[in-house]
Amino acid sequence: MSASAAIGVAYLVASLTFIIGLRMLSSPVTANRGNRVAAAGMTIALIATLLTPGLANYGLIAAGIIVGGAIGAGSARKVRMTAMPQMVAIFNGMGGGAAALVSSLEFVHRTSGGGTLQTGQAFTIALGAAIGSVSFAGSLIAFAKLQEIMKGNALQFQWTKIASGLLVVAVLALVVVITLGTDTIPVLIALLAVAVILGLVLVIPIGGADMPVVISLMNSLTGLAAALTGFVLNNELLIVAGALVGASGTLLTRLMARAMNRPLSNVLFGSFGATVTGGGELPAGATVREISVDDAAVLMSYSQRVVIVPGYGLAVAQAQHQVRELADILSSRGVQVKYAIHPVAGRMPGHMNVLLAEADVPYSEVYEMDAINGEFPSTDVVLVVGANDITNPAARSDPSSPIYGMPILNVDEAQHIIVLKRSMRPGFAGIDNPLYYNPRTAMLFGDAKDSLQKLVAAAKTVAMPRERRTRSGEPEVVQR
Amino acid sequence: MTEILLGAYVFILAIVVGFEVIGRVPSMLHTPLMSGTNAIHGVVLVGGILVLGQAHTITTQIIGLAAVLLGSLNVFGGFVVTDRMLKMFHARPRDQR
Repeated sequence: MSASAAIGVAYLVASLTFIIGLRMLSSPVTANRGNRVAAAGMTIALIATLLTPGLANYGLIAAGIIVGGAIGAGSARKVRMTAMPQMVAIFNGMGGGAAALVSSLEFVHRTSGGGTLQTGQAFTIALGAAIGSVSFAGSLIAFAKLQEIMKGNALQFQWTKIASGLLVVAVLALVVVITLGTDTIPVLIALLAVAVILGLVLVIPIGGADMPVVISLMNSLTGLAAALTGFVLNNELLIVAGALVGASGTLLTRLMARAMNRPLSNVLFGSFGATVTGGGELPAGATVREISVDDAAVLMSYSQRVVIVPGYGLAVAQAQHQVRELADILSSRGVQVKYAIHPVAGRMPGHMNVLLAEADVPYSEVYEMDAINGEFPSTDVVLVVGANDITNPAARSDPSSPIYGMPILNVDEAQHIIVLKRSMRPGFAGIDNPLYYNPRTAMLFGDAKDSLQKLVAAAKTVAMPRERRTRSGEPEVVQR
Repeated sequence: MTEILLGAYVFILAIVVGFEVIGRVPSMLHTPLMSGTNAIHGVVLVGGILVLGQAHTITTQIIGLAAVLLGSLNVFGGFVVTDRMLKMFHARPRDQR
């Protein structure tokens, strides 16, 4: 077998491991093995690539892999689970940047010494360089916002919509120019520059609450850029891998946009939360009821069913372990505790599940929105930890609300709702939440971690009667 | 042109497979899915190695080195962080296993 055929077989094996690895992600039982299968395939592909005949610069290649690999693996090992969205965003940007550079370098190689590009090659190179650059810049902004290097809130400038529109046109025009044969380096540099600016202008106005959509979209763009470099280099492995990632990112983007009940165009150009116009008018005389830590602890300890609803505030406060501790105490007292996760809770798809898993919450206790929404009417206490818009009943009832139509967790149907919240400041969408004025809702103000620690301490001291439940299943009247 | 056409075949079939396979991933695993696919698109490192292996001027070597560096960050970081996350998912609490 010739060397190139052997390399081709190695690439085929690697492509298969990627598909099998992703297939194994369909269950948490096999997921970790799936990731290792894909990693093994990647190793095979890299070794095969290094054995390609005629490669030069082995020293530089080794240096790049060792330094990049060490930084990547090192930071991946250290990153906190709460910081996972920005980690994924920055790795994604690295991939997009790498794809843009590969396309650009291939452009330089093929046009140097008076060579010209065939039409098809020119098109895939230009498009790959452009999409990779957009993803690179957009992901870095997403990283900066999530890491709070940049302000995370939504900005609304009329000019950003117009600017992004013009930039998209400019990028497409430059791709066409290169495809039609003007394959000079200045045009390529112009394309890269305009694409980077497009990535910046696209993501800068988008607020933190919409980051699950942005990260998914950037993921799919990087996949597409990687697939395009596969076309450029006639490398089927890159095409397969890029297409898989593109499909995954596209699916997640659609899922996230649907969970917010907003089309993608509205996420990108609607600048949610920057222009709050009316909506959510509160009934006159609506008041907010506060609850003390002790009362909240007693209420939960004497419940049969408690549902915990985590939101981004949980991640900010790093309070996942305290939540688990409270749930453990409640469980030890015979309370059934479940967790309810909204699809867009947090800053990336599945963010809350990872945090709860880190706190060793078994995934069998964690429920998706559709699975748990029917259970709220028979729930004694819902504990909302740092979540806001995903519990806002205005999404169901108030057509004038900006989030009207968004599917929410129907926590307001529970017997009691306790909301852990810093203050009465509105959520990321900037919309008032009528849940807080519900007579069955009680607020416990303060930092989520701090409040949870106090709740844990208080719950430990709640005296429990030996026969704690009446036959009807109603919690007994608390004697204190 | 036939090579591009062949690429298009592979691309479209892989997209279809991708939708089929990824549609089965439960939402609880969407973050590991995202970081895992993230690592997979780091395969662009293969492209980086190939282009750096053909670079003969200082400028192109620098660009190629940057591509390999970014691609390696993406691959190694992506797989390690996904592994870390997936190890945490358990059906039962730790003491009952």
